[in-house]
Amino acid sequence: MKPLAITAGTVLSAIGRGLAATEDALLARRSGLTPCDFAGIKTGYVGCVPQAGTHVLEGVAPGFTCRNNQLADMACAQDGFAQAVQSARQFYGAYRIAVVLGTSTSGILSAEDAYEALDPVTGAPPPEFDQAHTQDLFSLPRFVAARLGLEGPILSVSNACASSSRAFVDARHWLEAGLCDAVVVGGADSLCRMTLRGFAALGLVSAEPTRPCDAQRTGISVGEGAGFVLLEREGARSGAEVMGRWVGYGVSSDGHHMSSPDPLARGAVAAMREALERAGLDASQLDYINLHGTGTVVNDAMEDHAVHTLFGRSVPCSSTKGWTGHTLGASGIIEAMFALVMMRAGFAPGCLNVQQIDPTFNSHVLTDTLHKPVQRVMSNAFGFGGTNCSLIFEGV
Amino acid sequence: MRVSVQGISVWGPGLSGWPHAARVLQGQEDWAPAPVQVPPATCLPANERRRCGPLTRLAIALAEEACAQAGVQAADIRGVFASSNGDGAVVDSILTALSTPGGEVSPTQFHNSVHNAPAGYWTIGHASLAPVVALGCYDWSFAQGLLKAAAECVVENAPVLFVAYDLPIPGPIGKVRITHNTFGCAFVLVPQARQGAVCTLDITHAPGAVAQDTTLPPQLAELARSNPAAGGLALLQQIASGQEGIVHMACQPGTILAEVKPC
Repeated sequence: MKPLAITAGTVLSAIGRGLAATEDALLARRSGLTPCDFAGIKTGYVGCVPQAGTHVLEGVAPGFTCRNNQLADMACAQDGFAQAVQSARQFYGAYRIAVVLGTSTSGILSAEDAYEALDPVTGAPPPEFDQAHTQDLFSLPRFVAARLGLEGPILSVSNACASSSRAFVDARHWLEAGLCDAVVVGGADSLCRMTLRGFAALGLVSAEPTRPCDAQRTGISVGEGAGFVLLEREGARSGAEVMGRWVGYGVSSDGHHMSSPDPLARGAVAAMREALERAGLDASQLDYINLHGTGTVVNDAMEDHAVHTLFGRSVPCSSTKGWTGHTLGASGIIEAMFALVMMRAGFAPGCLNVQQIDPTFNSHVLTDTLHKPVQRVMSNAFGFGGTNCSLIFEGV
Repeated sequence: MRVSVQGISVWGPGLSGWPHAARVLQGQEDWAPAPVQVPPATCLPANERRRCGPLTRLAIALAEEACAQAGVQAADIRGVFASSNGDGAVVDSILTALSTPGGEVSPTQFHNSVHNAPAGYWTIGHASLAPVVALGCYDWSFAQGLLKAAAECVVENAPVLFVAYDLPIPGPIGKVRITHNTFGCAFVLVPQARQGAVCTLDITHAPGAVAQDTTLPPQLAELARSNPAAGGLALLQQIASGQEGIVHMACQPGTILAEVKPC
């Protein structure tokens, strides 16, 4: 594929607000996980963003207020992102910039709160519950487009935990089809009772902070966060500073099971192989793979098998879920931004909380920081429903 | 963007598959709304068929008919699945459990609550490795989904299965997000028309809002407003007519224009 330029970007997660704080936490190996104490749920650990629930949205209709949009709004205000989008808007025109965002649960916390306050006679939600602008999946891109003053076509992608990775692919389709000149790509997912209790019901929440790739790993820590990039054709806008390039992608399905990955990893291998082909790269040309690495027994084993199948032990890899928890539909954009941070600063982080790498693993799993120039990073995301997305980013 | 329509499906009240719906939309047959009974999802193994609900069965029935008509292999085709409400019954059931003291969230319902569940079951049913995206775009789910599917067809230069489907939401959310009727439609879009193609579509996006075409008879216009997926009815009617014409569809923001030319 013809690479697309990333001309602005930002990230928000439990480890910090913005690129500098994120780089500090990754280099210091400082996790953002804390014991879960959310909406009365105290199972395991979470990667919670402080002040998300009290943040006041800027300059949009108040109906959009929900935890998911609060995270998105906090992210818009970081790293000069909103200003960078305004520069692009002045150049291209508001209607030539699209918004393509991923989320798995949007503002469902607002619906959960509404169910706690139903009218005892009619069973109706309280009047302040604005379903369309909070719980509905389309709430997120509608809010972000309004927040940034954009009028290009908008899209909400909801492919479970691969949502904001897959959003890159859908954004490219609109860009290459000529429907827009630039796209705000990314996503957000926020803590809620449904995911905390749902993953617990599946027996997938770790009692301790998650430890991806460890022999004794027992599951995920749920996290939350948001992130965005501005994606455009390189050289189309003079003065636009390129902070990284998106050079390849592969997307696939498992066609196997709703919530268990295919142990043979056929879908994951297909996605990673396609990403290499589209980037025109050999396996040896990658410097690091940011694993989906959720910390569940089956995901990490499947992914190790997939990575080893394509790369052997030649490319170091790790999961950053020990820092942020599993931010579900936001993990793709959050880890894409981590890739840009690593390429700029020249390091690859090792998995946190690992006492012993799973002895059955064959790929080259890092457990400590590797300081070296990092020019190309593959970033994986896999989701329920058997949906896979692998992205490759290149530094400048 | 120019794409060709190689296969179509429609299931809704009094619209039972494309051949039947086409006759109704052409005015050759009266529209007689009746409860929708889609064919069973025979592609799924018995276990999975038990686990999936009416929304997934609707999506799979649409996808099967469109693929069969187009003569494409279900396991090979990229998918764009669009639904505003997703599986509202599953979400309502989970929300009820969460707000009930001692209520337990069912693990099967939790994994069925993801918006890409119907897409996931479709790929499981055909052991497909082809990518499928799940979109949720509120009242504009049909139009945004069509714009996405056509762009993917052109840019990837490959056939794309586009499926739009929605059901009413039960429970408290259904009191504020009101959707009537079961409705869905599906299209197999291809970059170049093959033998048996139905029509070509030239699809453009315009920034301003344009009034939607109101060529539908009043009852069908009412149906089109009652369910996000039924936003496709004006386009379906134009295709069924066998005539050239331009259909305007509201999207967010702006308008999508689809110029229909029969093959």
